[in-house]
Amino acid sequence: MEPDERLGLYRTMVLIRTYEESILREYHADKKPAFDIGAGLIPGEMHLSAGQEPVAAGVCAHLTADDAVTATHRPHHFAIAHGVDLERMTAEIFGRVDGLGRGRGGHMHLFDPATHFSCSGIIAEGYPPAVGQALAFQRRGTDRVAVAVTGEGAANQGAFHEALNLAALWKLPVVFVVEDNDWGISVPRSASTCVTSNALRAGGYGIPGERVEDNSVEAVHAAAGTAITRARAGEGPSLIEVHTLRLWGHFEGDAQGYRSDLEGVPGRDPLPTYEKQLRAAGVLHDSGDITVASIAAQARDRVEAAIEFAKRSPEPDPATALDHVFARS
Amino acid sequence: MTLTDASASSSAPAQRKLSTAKAMVEAIAQEMERDEDVFVLGEDVGAYGGIFSSTTGLLEKFGPRRVLDTPISETAFIGAAIGAAVEGMRPVVELMFVDFFGVCMDQIYNHMAKIHFESGGNVTVPMVLTAAVGGGYSDGAQHSQCLWGTFAHLPGMKVVAPSNPADAKGLMTAAIRDDNPVVYLFHKGVMGLPWMAKNRRSVGPVPEGEHLVPIGKANVVRPGSDVTVVTLSLSVHHALDVAEELAQQGVDCEVVDLRSVVPLDTETILDSVGRTGRLLVVDEDYLSFGVSGEIVARVAERDPGLLRAPAARVAVPDVPIPYARPLEYAVLPTPDRIRRAVLGLVNA
Repeated sequence: MEPDERLGLYRTMVLIRTYEESILREYHADKKPAFDIGAGLIPGEMHLSAGQEPVAAGVCAHLTADDAVTATHRPHHFAIAHGVDLERMTAEIFGRVDGLGRGRGGHMHLFDPATHFSCSGIIAEGYPPAVGQALAFQRRGTDRVAVAVTGEGAANQGAFHEALNLAALWKLPVVFVVEDNDWGISVPRSASTCVTSNALRAGGYGIPGERVEDNSVEAVHAAAGTAITRARAGEGPSLIEVHTLRLWGHFEGDAQGYRSDLEGVPGRDPLPTYEKQLRAAGVLHDSGDITVASIAAQARDRVEAAIEFAKRSPEPDPATALDHVFARS
Repeated sequence: MTLTDASASSSAPAQRKLSTAKAMVEAIAQEMERDEDVFVLGEDVGAYGGIFSSTTGLLEKFGPRRVLDTPISETAFIGAAIGAAVEGMRPVVELMFVDFFGVCMDQIYNHMAKIHFESGGNVTVPMVLTAAVGGGYSDGAQHSQCLWGTFAHLPGMKVVAPSNPADAKGLMTAAIRDDNPVVYLFHKGVMGLPWMAKNRRSVGPVPEGEHLVPIGKANVVRPGSDVTVVTLSLSVHHALDVAEELAQQGVDCEVVDLRSVVPLDTETILDSVGRTGRLLVVDEDYLSFGVSGEIVARVAERDPGLLRAPAARVAVPDVPIPYARPLEYAVLPTPDRIRRAVLGLVNA
């Protein structure tokens, strides 16, 4: 890979991690001393994606705003990597009027028509709409693609299999991405899934399936490049499974008492690993125009600006609670 | 363009007559000609023409690029319709029997119906979800329900149910042009199918060319002074039959065809009850927590003084639809049950 491309992947991963760390801080700051899930500046459940940055960064590097992404209930990394407006996304997470959904959606329901980004709080159910977006792209004779994301636990849902079959049948430009972080909430993959890799399941639908084993952003980038090129060329869907890492709990407040792999988790963090790799290759430096510190500072500035924007934005007027159930035709 | 007003559909000036099924297909075909973004997908909508003839002839006319037979995968193809609609297309997607909604309900109520709201109005989902409803031909508990109350209970989708050919065309045209998801429920018993006992009003005059029936506007299909019968779909015909019969005995029924369950035309109902002072709701859906209860509640909330007698309901008494003919007819809102309910009201 070219140094610029590698730096691009790194920047995206740093931005995501910085964002998630900041949201984590804001989320918990106002919920103490006794954890109250509905209290504070960011109410409700919070599913953060730290550790899964390589998947979003590697896949979305191949996309433009014309391509569609449907993400899961853990959507921030894909939203950021796909270029969703950070300020409006943050305002939505804070439940503010300037949010992507004017405070109607929340962090699991982010919709950005400008980048064709959406996500769903229901396991695997983002797959069928992505197939439909791909159908629209195909019918209009474009080379646009749709990327559908699930976790490995969702690969046991009917929607997953129906969507794969339909996309394969109609040769639709979809790339199915499975984030295998080893855990479906508290249930390990070994207790939920009968195959060692969901990439094997692609074979059942006659489409290519590839598993990226080591949470390497460059390996994801390569696999996604093949799949997206194939989709753009009208050759149909592919599936990529990435063995990634859930660095934190399923949701914030999850004590992870069930988790048997916690001890080894910090050592598997993909961000320092990639940083080390780029330093060794001479792509990242501690002095000069572009440094580790300057990339971190830029990310921090953007995230701080987004959080400030969200905090400045008013909460929605209760008198508007019934708005937007129906479109005015 | 013709625009059916509250009283015009039964006396539409059109010469030619069509079955409800053909009227529905005509609307889809005209909209497909008018707008390249309209397309049809679902099970057996192609060469078969729809199990209930809801898409007959479309494949021949528009080809397989715009009339897509799907696998038996309701979650996938209804979800695909949602994705296509989000991208600005206008799919008409058929869920063969409404009873099958359970296998794909997440796509319907969590996605189709909520995306517009969750996006704060920034994303629209302009699609039509069609399904056949209703019993009366011994198809058993999993193929005979109406269930419009279920969809109506969940916010974010419009719900329409035509009773006659002209409305079938007009409501379909309006549904396709609507920027919201519209659930379009057609009763097998009003389609004019060659293989079912035919309701005599299942073939009727239908305006040629563009014809719209506004969604959310009920129709007073028979004016009367003694009792308001509020109903929809096939039960409209039972109610009209009963009204004609009772007129001989000096009981004058007003029959209101709801046509739209969401939005519900409360004003037309209240106007009618204000004139007659008596309300009977006839609903082929289950009795409890449904359309019939909603209508009685709206009248009671607005002005219980409108009622000279307690409101009455004829609906399916909270039992799955039985198979055996005498059992099924014991629970359906038959003309006999409607007649007894009307007489009960006027003699109260």
